[in-house]
Amino acid sequence: MTVIEARSLRKSFGTTVALDGVNLHVEEGRILGLIGPNGAGKSTALNAILGLTQYHGELRVLGRDPWTERDQLTRDVCFIADVAVLPRWMRVSQALDYVEGVHPRFDRAKAEGFLAKTDIKRPSKVRELSKGMVTQLHLALVMAIDAKLLVLDEPTLGLDILYRKQFYDSLLNDYFDRSRTIVVTTHQVEDVQHVLTDLMFINRGRIVLSCSMEEFESRYLEVTVRPEQLAEARALKPIHERQVIGRSILLFDLKSNRVDRQQLAAVGEVRTPGIADLFVALMGNHTSQPQGLSQ
Amino acid sequence: MNTQSNPMTESLASAVAAPTPMLATRPFYWSVRRELWENRSIYLAPLGVAAVFLFGFLISAIHLPGKMRAMSLIDPAQQRELIAMPYDIVAGLMMFLTMLVNVFYCADALYGERRDRSILFWKSLPVSDLTTVLAKASIPLVVVPLVAWAIAVGVQWLMLLLSSAVLLGSGLSVSALWTQLSFFRMSLLLLYHLLTAHTLWPAPIYCWLLLVSGWARRATLLWAVLPVVAIAGLEAIVFHTWYFVTLVGARLIGSAPERNFPSPDIFPTNPMTHITPGHFLGSPSLWIGLALSAAFLAGAVRLRRYQGPI
Repeated sequence: MTVIEARSLRKSFGTTVALDGVNLHVEEGRILGLIGPNGAGKSTALNAILGLTQYHGELRVLGRDPWTERDQLTRDVCFIADVAVLPRWMRVSQALDYVEGVHPRFDRAKAEGFLAKTDIKRPSKVRELSKGMVTQLHLALVMAIDAKLLVLDEPTLGLDILYRKQFYDSLLNDYFDRSRTIVVTTHQVEDVQHVLTDLMFINRGRIVLSCSMEEFESRYLEVTVRPEQLAEARALKPIHERQVIGRSILLFDLKSNRVDRQQLAAVGEVRTPGIADLFVALMGNHTSQPQGLSQ
Repeated sequence: MNTQSNPMTESLASAVAAPTPMLATRPFYWSVRRELWENRSIYLAPLGVAAVFLFGFLISAIHLPGKMRAMSLIDPAQQRELIAMPYDIVAGLMMFLTMLVNVFYCADALYGERRDRSILFWKSLPVSDLTTVLAKASIPLVVVPLVAWAIAVGVQWLMLLLSSAVLLGSGLSVSALWTQLSFFRMSLLLLYHLLTAHTLWPAPIYCWLLLVSGWARRATLLWAVLPVVAIAGLEAIVFHTWYFVTLVGARLIGSAPERNFPSPDIFPTNPMTHITPGHFLGSPSLWIGLALSAAFLAGAVRLRRYQGPI
């Protein structure tokens, strides 16, 4: 089943073009990572999918128009828009009561179960919780909702590595299954590299790369080249080259450069590149300064 | 590298669990509850004022026996006025607090959730903009007047019991107190007055504030007052009259046209008050006001659809 289908999606704010003809096709059971620099149009795309903003072009989410049929969609689509959107005055118990009271697919026992694994106390107010705990609470609320599509917009921004790891672990272990779909945007790309099933780079409102993770792994290779073989490796036309403590690391696109793994193994140590490295390689040609991509 | 391993094994575990059944929900009820969680001043402000007032009344109760003895010499009509005075003060305080709480609540209702970005959380749940705005409008139009009424009646009841205890303690009769007050009628009149003069009559002002709170990016009260000042200024320059300001002011403080409250010189909870609900409900200005209120609310619903965090 197709969960999201977008054709030539456009949106501009005044003279700024946020989405410039984006095509998107997301099937059920996928975890799509939408990666891009600040202001690339990620959040605008998510807002359009969530029915929070108007757009031009064709967009269907679970077969519905998210702008005109938003009220029906909110039962099946869940989102965590930011780390800090839970109202600060709210008590944990009130948050549970409220979501239970308004959401037909909320399983309170499940949410209580997730919370039992944390240090979050029922009478605490959100303002008294640490940033990591607020995220845990929000995740516990959202994971207890039996939704078809979950949208996460920078869900782990500002959290330390332990909370981030825990966040994606619970998402995969306690929530995700083949009948659910997740779309996530983040700058902490190395956190999600092993989580995603699909990858999409977006820049200046356009899709720069769209592939499954299998494709990504078979198409792009990174080679740490021995200095004496550098010239030989460069002849194979890498798409990007960087220096790390005196060694050259070259990134190859196997599909367009017509090289194969054997040729590369002959000039150095071959491995799958990080999403961040590929991002820098591809975006370097598009923007002068790919900002916001952490680490 | 196998990115699929985790999801695949987990899908087996979740496949065993039955899908969550659709449960009955009450979005409107919970939306009102959440307004009360967030804005505790709705009941804390009148409760606090009531507590202070009761404390004052307790102190003054020492002089009550003396006052009652002196009062038995004057005529019954004046007697009534003197006995009822503290009870009228409570009622008046609650009317004033209704207005105060409503103005501040409405000016923040649709603004606060945008300022603290929590609107993104509320919008992630299946509660429509219409439900949200109606729940917020029900606070000034239903909840606050009822809360104020309940607190006023509770305080008056406590005062009556307290006075009776003091009088009986000093060997005086309580009959004057109980016959002059007609407690039940006084409470009903207060409820009527709160729901008409302090709710339906100023409704367009509260709904206007809600609309502006959903639109303004800062200083909602200022933006709400600005057009009133502008229209008043224009009117003063062109026609040399102050009709508009008088109109808005009268609505805000709940002074309805004279025919609705034929004796403006007596307090609305006085048992002699002659109420005319027919006149009130039949007055075109009431309905024009309510139509305006509905239009403002419709605008607020539409605005909330488009607005995000600020």
